[in-house]
Amino acid sequence: MNLITKPSKDNIKIFVPMGLFLVSLSFLDVFVNAFFNFDLMAFLPSQLSYFLPLILGFIGFYLIRIEFSGVRPLDILNKNINSNNFNALLTLFTIFIIIKSIPPMLDWFILEANFVGNSKDDCTGDGACWVFIKVWFNRFMYGLYPDAEQWRINTAFLILFAVVGVSFFVSEKLKKYFILFLVFVFPFLGIKLISGGSFGLEYVESAAWGGLSLTFIISAFAILFCFPIGVILALGRRSSLPAIKYISIGFIELWRGVPLITVLFMSAVMFPMFLPDGTFIDKLIRVLIAITLFEAAYMAEVVRGGLQALPKGQYEAAKSLGMGYWRMNALIILPQALKLVIPGIANTLLALVKDTPLIFVVGLMELAGMIGLAKTNPKWLGMAMEGYVFAGLVFWVICYAMSRYSQNLEKKLSTER
Amino acid sequence: MSKIIELKNVNKWFDKFQVLKDIDLEVAPQEKIVICGPSGSGKSTLIRCINRLEEHQEGNIIVDGTELAENTKNIEKIRAEVGMVFQQFNLFPHLSILDNCSLAPIWVKKLPKKQAEEIAMNNLKRVQIDDQALKFPGQLSGGQQQRAAIARALCMVPKIMLFDEPTSALDPEMIKEVLDVMVDLAKGGMTMIVVTHEMGFAKEVADYMIFMDEGKIVERAKTKEFFENPKSERTKLFLSQIL
Repeated sequence: MNLITKPSKDNIKIFVPMGLFLVSLSFLDVFVNAFFNFDLMAFLPSQLSYFLPLILGFIGFYLIRIEFSGVRPLDILNKNINSNNFNALLTLFTIFIIIKSIPPMLDWFILEANFVGNSKDDCTGDGACWVFIKVWFNRFMYGLYPDAEQWRINTAFLILFAVVGVSFFVSEKLKKYFILFLVFVFPFLGIKLISGGSFGLEYVESAAWGGLSLTFIISAFAILFCFPIGVILALGRRSSLPAIKYISIGFIELWRGVPLITVLFMSAVMFPMFLPDGTFIDKLIRVLIAITLFEAAYMAEVVRGGLQALPKGQYEAAKSLGMGYWRMNALIILPQALKLVIPGIANTLLALVKDTPLIFVVGLMELAGMIGLAKTNPKWLGMAMEGYVFAGLVFWVICYAMSRYSQNLEKKLSTER
Repeated sequence: MSKIIELKNVNKWFDKFQVLKDIDLEVAPQEKIVICGPSGSGKSTLIRCINRLEEHQEGNIIVDGTELAENTKNIEKIRAEVGMVFQQFNLFPHLSILDNCSLAPIWVKKLPKKQAEEIAMNNLKRVQIDDQALKFPGQLSGGQQQRAAIARALCMVPKIMLFDEPTSALDPEMIKEVLDVMVDLAKGGMTMIVVTHEMGFAKEVADYMIFMDEGKIVERAKTKEFFENPKSERTKLFLSQIL
C-alpha cells in the first residue's frame, strides 16, 4: 500500500478536511499573533514556531490541490490562488502580510488616535493626532479666506453641485443648456462671487484664497480650458498647412519639455518683468494660464493618439459626403477619437489635479500647501504625518471619483458600438 | 450628348511611381461604366480622383461642369453631388444607421432634421434595411452594412455614384444582396462608375467596359463587344483568367 498518495478525487474526503484544517490553523496562528500578541506555538523551539504557519499552510494547500475535484468552490480556489507550489507560497505570504499589517494601522488610525481636544497637548495616545486636522480644518478648506466671507465659497460650490445634480434628471434638450451654463456662465459667476469687489461684496484678493477650495478652483478652470486647447493643438499638429503644423509642434514640445515647477515660477516671477509698466495680471490668473497651457500640451498628444487610431476610411467617407474640415472633425472624427482616448484623458486630468500642490512655489497654498504651513506652526510641530495622510486621503477620494466617472463614461459610450 | 464627367490627359504620381498615365475618359449622364483590371492597375485611384480623394498632378478633371482644382469650396460642392461607396463600407461606427444616413443632409445640405430622416428612411427602405435603422453599424452583417453605405450616399441625392470594389470585402452569400441593390439603382437611371470584378454584374448593367493595366486605359468598349471580341491581348488574357 502506498502511504503517501497524491491528493486526488479518490481520497478527497480525507485530504480536503485535513488540508483545510492545516491552512486554517496557520491563519489562526498568524491572526492570534498579530492581534493579541499571543504565540499559539510557543511550546515549540522559536525558529520552528516562527516558520510553522508557513509550513502548515504550505502542506495544507498541497493537500487540497485536487484537479477537477467536482466541488466548484474548491476548483475556483485552486485555480485562482493555489495552482502550484509557488502560487500557494505567494498566497500565504500575501495573506500573512495583510493580517500582520492590520493591527498597527488600526491602532494608528483609530484605536490609539486622539480625536478630542483643541491643542497638541490633548494628543496623549500613541496614534494619530486628528485634533490637528480638526483644529485646522477650516484653514485646510478655505485657506486664509476671511471667516465671515466663507459663505461665498460655499454658495458657489453649492450652486455648482446643485446644477450638476439637477442636470442628471432633466431631458436631453434641457441638459444642453445646463452644460452651456456650466461651461460659459458659471466659471465667471463663481469667480466673481468668490473674489467679490462688486455687488456690495467685499473684495478678497486671490493671495488669501487657499485650501481645498483653491484646489477645486484651479483644477476646474485648468480642466475646462486645457481640454479645448489640447484638441485644437492636436488637430493643428496634424494639419496639412505647414505654418499651423509647426506652430503646434513647437508649442507642444516647448511646454512638454519644461517642468511644471519652472513654468509656474516663470509665470509668477519673470513674466511680470516683461509686462509694460502699470499693467498688472493677478498672480492666480497667471498661474492658471500656466497650468492650463502646460496640461493642454499633454492633452494634445493624448488626443492625437486617438486621431491616429482612426482608420483613413472615416476621413474619406466624411469627405465624400461633402463635409468640410470642421464638420468632418466635429461630427465624425473627434467623437470617435475622444471616445478612444478617454483613459488617456482621465490620466492627464488626474495628473493635473495632483499637480496643483506645486503652486506653493509661487506662494499660493491649496490643500497640501496649507498643511505644509500648518505643520510648521510652533504649536503644532510634528504633525506632518497626520497632515499628509489627510491630504493623501482627500486627493485619493477626488481622483478615484474622477477615475470612476471616466470608467462609467467609457462603458456608457462603448455600448453604442 | 453632354458629358457629366470629363477627364483629359490626367497623370498622377505617388512619389516617383506613376499610377495614372494619360487618362482620357468621358461619361454621359445616366451612363454606367464598369472598370476592371488587375490589382495595382490604378482603377481605384482613377475613381478616387473623380471626387478628389486623390489629387491628380496633370490634366483636367471636370465634373458636372466644375473643374476640380485647389478651390476647396468647389471640391466640397462636387463631393456633395458625387456619392461614393467604399470597399470597407466606412460607416460611422458611433452613429446609428439612421444617423449615418441623415447626418450629411442635415449638416451639408442644411435640411431640417425631420425631412432628412424621412429621406434616410426612404433610402433605407430602397435598400431593404429600414428595419435596422436604429441599430449601430457594428450590429449589422457585411452585406447590410454595405447596403447602408449605399443608402447613405443616396441620401445626398447624388448625380453620380462611384463604387470602389463594393463587394470585395463581403462573404460570398452577401455579394448578391448588394449587387441587387446596385442593379436596381442602375435601372433607376443613375450615372455609375463601378470598379469591380463581378463580371456577371458588368454584363447586366454596364454600357461601357474599361480595362486598365499599369495606370493606362488599355481598352474601352461597349459591354457586348468587350466580352465577345476584346481587341488587346492583355484584355484577352485578363478575361480568360477571371471568367
